[in-house]
Amino acid sequence: MLTLPALTSDIGVAVNTNVQKTAPVRRPVEPVGRNFMHHAQRTLRNHTWSEFERIQASKNVQRVEEAVDPDEALFDDELADESLLEHDPRDWKTADLYAAMGLSKLRHRATDAQVIKAHRKMVLKHHPDKKSASGGLEQDGFFKIIQKAFETLTDSNKRAQYDSCDYNADVAPPKKGAKYDFFEAWGPVFDSEARFSKKQPVPSLGGPDASQADVERFYNFWHRFDSWRTFEFDDEEVPDDSSNRDHKRYIERKNKAARDKKKTADNARLAKLVERVGSEDPRIKQFKEAEKKEKERKKWEREAGSRAEAEAKVKAEAEAKAKAESEASLAANAKVDKKKAKEAAKAAKKKNKRAVRGSAQAADYFGDADKAATIDEQVGLIVDTVDDEQLVELAEKIKGDVKAALAEYAQKLIDSKKLPASLLSYFA
Amino acid sequence: MSPIVGIAFGNTTSSIAYVNPKNDVDVIANPDGERTIPSVLSYVGEDEYHGGQALQQLLRNSKNTIINFRDFLGLSYSECDVSKCAAGAPAVEIDGKAGFVVTRGDGRQEQLTVDEVVSRHLNKLKLAAEDYIGQKLSETVISVPTNFSDAQKSALRAAAKKVGLNIIQLINEPSAALLAHTESFPFKEDSNVVVADFGGIRSDAAVIAIRNGIYTLLATSHDANLGGENLDEELVEFYAKDFQKKNQTNPRKNARSMAKLRANAELTKKTLSNVTTATISIDSLADGFDYHTSINRLRYELVANKVLSKFAQFIEDVISKAELDPLDINAIVLCGGSSFTPKLSSNLEFLLPESVAVLGPQCKEASNNPNELLACGAALQAQLLSNYDADELAQALDPVVINTQHLKKAIGLVDAKGNFVPVLLAETSFPAKKTITLKKAKGDFLVSVYEGDHHIKETIVEANAKAEQDDESDWSDEDDEPEVVREKHYTLASKLMELGIKGAQGLELSFSLNNVGTLTVAARDLKSGKVVKGEL
Repeated sequence: MLTLPALTSDIGVAVNTNVQKTAPVRRPVEPVGRNFMHHAQRTLRNHTWSEFERIQASKNVQRVEEAVDPDEALFDDELADESLLEHDPRDWKTADLYAAMGLSKLRHRATDAQVIKAHRKMVLKHHPDKKSASGGLEQDGFFKIIQKAFETLTDSNKRAQYDSCDYNADVAPPKKGAKYDFFEAWGPVFDSEARFSKKQPVPSLGGPDASQADVERFYNFWHRFDSWRTFEFDDEEVPDDSSNRDHKRYIERKNKAARDKKKTADNARLAKLVERVGSEDPRIKQFKEAEKKEKERKKWEREAGSRAEAEAKVKAEAEAKAKAESEASLAANAKVDKKKAKEAAKAAKKKNKRAVRGSAQAADYFGDADKAATIDEQVGLIVDTVDDEQLVELAEKIKGDVKAALAEYAQKLIDSKKLPASLLSYFA
Repeated sequence: MSPIVGIAFGNTTSSIAYVNPKNDVDVIANPDGERTIPSVLSYVGEDEYHGGQALQQLLRNSKNTIINFRDFLGLSYSECDVSKCAAGAPAVEIDGKAGFVVTRGDGRQEQLTVDEVVSRHLNKLKLAAEDYIGQKLSETVISVPTNFSDAQKSALRAAAKKVGLNIIQLINEPSAALLAHTESFPFKEDSNVVVADFGGIRSDAAVIAIRNGIYTLLATSHDANLGGENLDEELVEFYAKDFQKKNQTNPRKNARSMAKLRANAELTKKTLSNVTTATISIDSLADGFDYHTSINRLRYELVANKVLSKFAQFIEDVISKAELDPLDINAIVLCGGSSFTPKLSSNLEFLLPESVAVLGPQCKEASNNPNELLACGAALQAQLLSNYDADELAQALDPVVINTQHLKKAIGLVDAKGNFVPVLLAETSFPAKKTITLKKAKGDFLVSVYEGDHHIKETIVEANAKAEQDDESDWSDEDDEPEVVREKHYTLASKLMELGIKGAQGLELSFSLNNVGTLTVAARDLKSGKVVKGEL
């Protein structure tokens, strides 16, 4: 054992910097072995010692973790059901064989290798030799159950029969009327039922976002579900035929009938289950609604042509009607206007006539007051004889020289032979 | 992924090994059940024989049986020592290189270059390994002697490539042997080790310094004319003399007789490694005379004494070549078939100081099969490399990484008695780190770090003084002579630093050297975690 000299003087850290260390020699190292690879990594990546040690430590931890048998984690740590220890080995059929093997978590999923491994583990723990060595009583009942379980689970035929009647592996469907999440409640139910399918893999229920094709595949599969489930495990013990052959045959017949009945009942149960799921599936409702909407949309699209036509028709009709109405109102207005104009013209004529008639009087009969009656008579003749246009002109002109205007028109009437000059003697 | 096998390709025998899924090294047996497969190819008509079957052909069909061809690989004809294969098919010159001419069916002559022979041999080994593992193989690690030139290495790579084997690394044979040895029997401390490989026709030895698990070759030595066959020759000569005396017939004149004797001598040698007597029985050895005799181990050892002492001398030579003293050597790892001979180990034990452990097949601290060490080492290296990709490996094999600085002198402490205690030994490669924990150290201490010179101190112990110590052994006449006691001794050279530590409650001293040789000595108090550190 190394002992160090005692400290005699007060030295903290005294580095002899003046010293010339012996020069190192450069030599090749042998590129073999783990330590060389570590050396290479240190040199290449410039790790310090502490960094390198840390990296190595973390690698070692990983290696240790990997070394643990992954199966171990899947086995039960403790016996799932303590009452199995007291279970009567003669009634081994009623015991949970998977729990006895420590496979209550894996059940039908356990591989043959896992069964063998689990059995070895249980035997090491529960062998009667072990029990009696540790001072226990000679109770080998549980060990017998383990052996029976091993016998059953390692024979593929027997295991299939046991799995068929392993009700512990069933997942109960959700209660009707209770509130539950559809996918959470039904997914495991179908995953557990899937173990009886002859066809593998079995499509799973999927999530709320599953495509319609997936959902249809799921329902198609389950509507045509082909199950290998058999109920031979529940059979009544068949006696050997040495004593009574008839009785044996009777039991056999009874067993077969019971099996068939159970099988039918199981198929019916499953059909009911699938039907119920279908009715509750929110995705199916969604798909139906989507389908309906789609149909409507299609119909709408299909009728687009005729609808446009009808619309155009209605529009044209409305337009024609509006046009007719406006025309009618225009015509009515025009009538009224005409009437009014007529009346106005009439009134104007009257007024003009009156003005012309009165013009001579207003002009004091041009200084010929004695001939007033003649003038009036002749003016009256002129007024009555001239046409409307001439009357208007006359009415305008009489605002100037009345006598000249009258004379002019009298002359015009005479010229046009509407009146004989004799009748218009005054103005002619 | 298919495993990478390790191949030890020897002149006399070859072995294949791989690390099986249970992480054990498996030495693969060929279909005949041989784990050390003779490196022999033999042609009879259209048939090709390999391994032990081919070796049997040496007796009757020696002209078509190719032996001892490895060392010719990659060399020009003039460089080859063609006398090596005199017992089998003679080597001829083909395109300036060594080759062999064998007769196939219908008297057709076939010329085989050494490259072709090596390819065929490797192919047979590959097929045997594929049969054994049940997977196709494409990669391998092969061990080669330290004096294999680059040309020889590339010739070997090419020959392996031809049969679909990619050599990912060629490693030196002594390193492979040491790797396999340390895998099962790790050295507790840094050591200097001699790895001696006594093969069939040649011997190699290397002095290797192991520092922190890293190997550095200090010296190598080769003797192409020393091997198991020399032992056989001694035995053959002994038998021939004996036969001549008994029957007045000289068997040496007849090549067939000699071949028979040689085959039986080899068998006898192997038998005597395990049991103390062996019988030999040859029908019609020469002139119709049968030969039947038995030999015990002691007689054999006397007969072969000259060769056996050559083996020991060979090891002493390599130690002096490394400029070391036998006292500097911690162990001798024996490998190769000839190291089965018990006398070889006991000779070495007698010759070398007690501090040297002779790790031969007789030692319980060593492998029982020294002839499988090389293949195991190659397999271990192969398994290690399977964790790295090609880039990483190429980087690691870069000369910058491989050529590292090594300490010329040991660095250590001075203990309470003023003696030098080495911590980092000479030939330690940079970077390095070493930690010493002193749990019992309490109080104030001085840590003085020195470089140490080491030399051998010889003291002469007077004979009577020795005799007094063990007075029971009064029969020995050796005791009358003064005996020289040699001891390894260190003296202080230059002082590097001193650290003062106060009130320590257990100490942890760590010495670390970085890439450029900066020495850091840190003393950490185990209780308080206080660190005193000096850097140089």
